Amino acid sequence: MTWTQLLPNLIKGAEVTALIAVASTLLGAVFAFAAGIARVSGGRLLSAIALTYIEIFRGTSLLVQLFWLYYALPLIGISFDPIATGIFGLALNIGAYGAEVVRGALVSVSEQQREAAKALNFSGAHTMIHIVLPQAVIEMMPSFCNLAIQNLKDTALVSFISIADLSFHAQSLRNLTLQSVPIYTLTLLIYFAMALVIAAAMRWLENKLRRGAAFPKGAAS
Amino acid sequence: MMYGFAWDTSTPLAYAISILPILGIGLIVTLEATVCGFAIAMGVGLVFALLRRAKSRLITWPVGLIVEFLRDTPLLIQLFFLFYVLPQFGIVLPAFLTGALALGLQYSAYTSEVYRAGLEAIGRGQWEAATALNLTRAQTYRDVVIPQAIPRIVPALGNYLVSMLKDTPVLSVITVVDMLNLANLIGDRTFEYLVPLSLVGLIFLILTLGCSALIHVIERVLPKRGIALR
Repeated sequence: MTWTQLLPNLIKGAEVTALIAVASTLLGAVFAFAAGIARVSGGRLLSAIALTYIEIFRGTSLLVQLFWLYYALPLIGISFDPIATGIFGLALNIGAYGAEVVRGALVSVSEQQREAAKALNFSGAHTMIHIVLPQAVIEMMPSFCNLAIQNLKDTALVSFISIADLSFHAQSLRNLTLQSVPIYTLTLLIYFAMALVIAAAMRWLENKLRRGAAFPKGAAS
Repeated sequence: MMYGFAWDTSTPLAYAISILPILGIGLIVTLEATVCGFAIAMGVGLVFALLRRAKSRLITWPVGLIVEFLRDTPLLIQLFFLFYVLPQFGIVLPAFLTGALALGLQYSAYTSEVYRAGLEAIGRGQWEAATALNLTRAQTYRDVVIPQAIPRIVPALGNYLVSMLKDTPVLSVITVVDMLNLANLIGDRTFEYLVPLSLVGLIFLILTLGCSALIHVIERVLPKRGIALR
């Protein structure tokens, strides 16, 4: 097979990779904000739960987590299809890393702003949503960009729980044709291109946020 | 029965205790891979960092691209690339060394950034002061820059060491018999994956929490102003 014949096959896998990467990043962001906010202003119980979640998923290996969800969990009666398991596992993992980013950014918003909000009789939720988060989110963006790329790279591991992603297609093509050099070179380039797209998208989002709601017209930034 | 250790599946606890010695053998391989990989990462990363400080753009641009490429592509594919492509060029390495090399290359991209940040944190004024004192470039690095860069670099390197430790299970796919591989093999024989996989997770958790605590201690103990090299 020539390089042009290999490409369509790999693209088919890349579509699955893209789907899993986007879905798990978005779900991971939800976990990250939930756990991060719980750590900062969740009360003792919620904070402890969030801390346990963060430490377990940051402290163990992603491949172990995926195998655990895929092979071990069904033995105690809980099972999803592979794609859902993959998305869920990746999201739990990246969410734990993201939670630390969220926590750091929330803490970095100065205490005086919270005091001012309290003086204006804003509720806790109101302060969080309208005062603290809009400023903190911008601080999170560079780290989120790195995590999103990290997550894209991690999606390669879902090929071991029988998902036909880019890595899986690359591996089966190699077994079929034994053309290691073109297949893996193309695969690396596709992953690299996807990472560049993510980096560009995150930079666009960061610029939009920076010019957007956080700093209304006339406010010093 | 594996490596002369028989397992006892009567209760989960007895099962866990009986397979612990087997996983221990895998743990040694995991730790060896981490140490070898990190040694490579520290060396190659330093080369990248120094090349990126070169004067000519003909050097900094390609090196920058290589570092970016290594950092933005999955370890798994890099691993397969080395494992299947190197032998085509006559370089046949044992699976373990291929794995350590892949880990090292991927993390050299990270360590080079750590070195770069550490070196760039030393202000321009210090370089100018060193020039005013008539120190050579080598003397400035040895006596001014590196001693101050060490306290900034070491904790960041430590974090990547922990991170690499967690990436080693990927090596099991190129037949390296690490902890995860053994856990799966035990599962294949006993049809009971829950205990071995959970145990591997627990061992990783203990290791990484221990390492993180150790890094915190080192970070506190290291003098912030720098370490004299002589």
